[in-house]
Amino acid sequence: MAKGVKPRVKVPKTASAGDVITIKTLISHKMESGQRKDKKTGKIKPREIIHRFTCDFNGQNVIDVKLEPAISSNPYFQFKAKVPTSGEFKFTWYDDDGSIYSTSKKIAVG
Amino acid sequence: MEIQKPGMKVGAAAVIVLLAGAGAGFAGQPSLVIDGQTMITKAKAPAYTPKLTSVQSGWVFRSKETQALQLDDFDNPGFVFVDKGRDLFNKVEGSAGKSCASCHELKDFIGLRTRLPRVNKDGHLETMEDLVNKSRTKYMGAKPWKYSGSKMTAVTALISLQSRGMPMNVAVDGPAKPFWEKGKKLYYTRVGQLDLACANCHEDNYGKMIRADHLSQGQINGFPTYRLKNAKLNSVHARFKGCMKNVRAKPYKQGSPEFKALELYVASRGQGLSVESPSVRN
Repeated sequence: MAKGVKPRVKVPKTASAGDVITIKTLISHKMESGQRKDKKTGKIKPREIIHRFTCDFNGQNVIDVKLEPAISSNPYFQFKAKVPTSGEFKFTWYDDDGSIYSTSKKIAVG
Repeated sequence: MEIQKPGMKVGAAAVIVLLAGAGAGFAGQPSLVIDGQTMITKAKAPAYTPKLTSVQSGWVFRSKETQALQLDDFDNPGFVFVDKGRDLFNKVEGSAGKSCASCHELKDFIGLRTRLPRVNKDGHLETMEDLVNKSRTKYMGAKPWKYSGSKMTAVTALISLQSRGMPMNVAVDGPAKPFWEKGKKLYYTRVGQLDLACANCHEDNYGKMIRADHLSQGQINGFPTYRLKNAKLNSVHARFKGCMKNVRAKPYKQGSPEFKALELYVASRGQGLSVESPSVRN
């Protein structure tokens, strides 16, 4: 697992049925592109990025993003979703080294 | 169940924001309100800066998009580093087996940023970085951090955040007077191959464009500041160094008496502006 990785998510705690809400996510990650050289050794630093990000609501996929090496460190996503019922958003980030970081946020509709 | 996914914005915490047209008709955000707290971004100039009609935070000079990043702490990339600072604050290091949190609570630091740099009882001018390293070496038995290293800026951002919204109020008289005078002299001294003093840009020409950049007053109320150009927090002294390099001068050392005096003088030019740390600049 890469060092200093911490997922952060902002989802409103409550909403009315059918509301379109804004979700913000940010994960601290160095996103090493695989194109930089280590200044001391002269060797290329191996690529280590988050290559996929997904968000599910009650088991149903909301977005599924493929990330590429050109995306800068600490990738930030902001998107909108319509919430018909109360439930839980589950966020998952997939690291090149096989680590999976996930977090979830509940939202109450009423 | 129906889930809508209109217009997704893909970005990154370190997104590059192009500066919109500046000068006349420069349209920014109306005001800087964070968590319901209104920041003072324009204040009456102190008596010792007769050439300034008002003092203005660097936030005023940034593009609308860069300004917007500071409106919400979630959008502000500086908070990634503040969180790191929080971990460091609680981390036990050194021979005494202590962390910062062993002796301090964060609320002890409310207002501290507004008064720094200040003269201590031994007659030395000290910055927040000095205070952190003094605690580390004297009380924790740990190694001092690099003056503008990532650990140092993370912790100074966390400490400065406790004073956010409070107006800058450094002491300029009494024991601070000689340091302030020294800083003032540096501010007006032309240096480097381009033969420029701080004042030539930040006092005589603020608000104008210097190539693609909108010249600010060079206020330091938002430091340590997250810069989009290097995607990290930057200390005041690192910024001074960058400025001196830009005018092709040999920079003073970070943490040197020259930069500390200059920090005091520049801080005093922004008396009354809210602490914005960690601010977002380009």
